[in-house]
Amino acid sequence: MHEFHRQIGPVRFRLLSDWKAPLDRLARLYAAYPEPEHCDFTVRLDAPNPWRRFIRPHIRLGGDYAVAEAAPLPLRHALLAAEMAMNLHVALGWRRHLVIHASSAEKEGRVLIMTGQSGSGKSTLAAMLGTRGWRFMGDEFALVDPAIGHIHPFPRLVSLKNEAIGVMEAIAPTERFGPRLTDTPKGDIRHFVPPVESIAAMERSAPPALILYPRFGFAPDVRPLGMEENFVRLTQASTNYVALGETGFGALTRLVRAAPALALDFDDGEAGLAMVEQLWTEEAGQ
Amino acid sequence: MRFAGPTPDSIRIERLGVLTACYHRPSGRTHLLTEPAPEILTLIAGRTLSRSDILGELTRQYDLAEEDGVMEEALAARLDELVEAGLAVTVREDEVGTDA
Repeated sequence: MHEFHRQIGPVRFRLLSDWKAPLDRLARLYAAYPEPEHCDFTVRLDAPNPWRRFIRPHIRLGGDYAVAEAAPLPLRHALLAAEMAMNLHVALGWRRHLVIHASSAEKEGRVLIMTGQSGSGKSTLAAMLGTRGWRFMGDEFALVDPAIGHIHPFPRLVSLKNEAIGVMEAIAPTERFGPRLTDTPKGDIRHFVPPVESIAAMERSAPPALILYPRFGFAPDVRPLGMEENFVRLTQASTNYVALGETGFGALTRLVRAAPALALDFDDGEAGLAMVEQLWTEEAGQ
Repeated sequence: MRFAGPTPDSIRIERLGVLTACYHRPSGRTHLLTEPAPEILTLIAGRTLSRSDILGELTRQYDLAEEDGVMEEALAARLDELVEAGLAVTVREDEVGTDA
């Protein structure tokens, strides 16, 4: 069994794998991240049975947490398997923060949160903001501190999908990308390494100032959300709201009072980015 | 028939815009309430009151105008909803004043 340790934000992972090659690829992409001795989660990338290590090799996602009905992924999608397995552990097992399925970026000491379903554009927008003077904080989870309401970074590799890959390839150097994975359950995927400044600052939290609900592929539009709608949508976007009990309730009510929320529709990356910047100026306050 | 609300320490109420978020500690459930449910809940928290008692207090506190039983019917519906949500319980008259 091969082993790999990395810290992403406050979460420390230990990955165990039947194969060495995926961990070598992860090590290259996660080269700038801390390597902790003690870990919060053990993630396992196993073959579902002994012959699947060699014959049409497939990876079963497991570890401290597993989803029994999850289908094994082919070994050539090992990076995706590792990403999904680590996400699963944070979603199911992390209790130190309220976990929201969202991207985030920080500017002038305040945080923009963008939440929405897969394909909404939240990852691409956050990655693009990271190239325009914002501090990229994460593209998958925003971690809400229940004690003080700040947002903690979780700057894992950005998972770019389909059209978003070309958008980032046009503006970022090749060495920050992992291999292109084709024919995955989510289409084409290419992992993108966050800026070194984001990785170096991954223990620095900041207060929330604006929450956006982006939707890519729709005519440009902006619509304000009331606190009550924002609250309901964020309970659905959280992976551990129920598990946290009253702590989660307090953290979420504080969050919706701290930051206004807007729904944002856009049909072009650059235009979407411009709308985000404008809304930040207008809504995030001084 | 009377209605008993949660004890004040078993419920946490936070107003969010036009709705009120309510965390019920014994069940761990979150409820989103619209008026007059939060007002009724506040009134019966830690108390056991009849429907007419509740209507009387709401009328006094919020200067309500009764319209041919409309208010009473609306109150009955809201109380049923609170009971169904687990935020209130019904108490028979012969149980009032006895330990549970």
